[in-house]
Amino acid sequence: MKVKIDASELGQSKWYEYALRFAFGGTITALAGEIAKHFGPAIGGLFLAFPAILPATATLIADDEKKKKQRAGMNGAIRGRTAAGVDAAGAAMGCIGLIVFALIVWQRLPQSSLAVVLSEATLAWLFTSVAIWLMREKLWRSLAKKLRSSRHPLASAGSHTTPIDRSPDE
Amino acid sequence: MQARVKEIILRVIVGGAVVSAFSVLGTLLKPQSFAGLFGAAPSVALATLVLTVSKDGKAFASTEARSMVLGAIAFAVYACVVSRMLIRRRTPALPTTALTMILWFGCAFGLWYALLS
Repeated sequence: MKVKIDASELGQSKWYEYALRFAFGGTITALAGEIAKHFGPAIGGLFLAFPAILPATATLIADDEKKKKQRAGMNGAIRGRTAAGVDAAGAAMGCIGLIVFALIVWQRLPQSSLAVVLSEATLAWLFTSVAIWLMREKLWRSLAKKLRSSRHPLASAGSHTTPIDRSPDE
Repeated sequence: MQARVKEIILRVIVGGAVVSAFSVLGTLLKPQSFAGLFGAAPSVALATLVLTVSKDGKAFASTEARSMVLGAIAFAVYACVVSRMLIRRRTPALPTTALTMILWFGCAFGLWYALLS
């Protein structure tokens, strides 16, 4: 599946959705600083990987999808929850990148400049996360293909061609 | 006291801005699972580490990053459980994401106790 940029989503988001994310992000950042000050960096550091916006994002996605389906005359509650679940699955893959980010900062920061370390760590987060997402897509497609072939033996022989199964995202 | 309040306000503004920027990036991207990667962006870490290094030094920030590894493992567990519950059990999003937060605290502090305390 191709990655696309869909700017129309920006216009559909309401101002309070952005405000909510700003408030969550700002509060967690301030809290992480205060916790580190009171309980030390070993405890405060845990909160650098706190799932700050996942609850807000998941709730907003579920509501948006539900409204879209309701406008089409359907009950979109299940669809909304599934979309939020798929978003959370993406976050789980991004967490592997987050672990790599933290490892690089932990090991490299004492010897190198902050700007260099943060740039390297952020790029490493992006590459790791995207690589894991691509591997999961490839694995999903090959599993779906095998499953289809086992159900329809002729499909694997090439005489019964159907499009490759879509990922559950679609 | 005033300096401390100023620092907290600065953290709120910088943290809010960085988290919002990653969030907007996630909103722009499709499919949903790819956009979800940005739900685990190092946004809080980027905002915090810049301010921490300038105030408390690199050694302090490096210790924070060591603990962040454990926090990120806890985040992965949390996100997997949330995803599973929403997709398989079809539970409502807000209670699911809010209640399973206990899992993040349990994993993060459990790992910290086992490995770092």
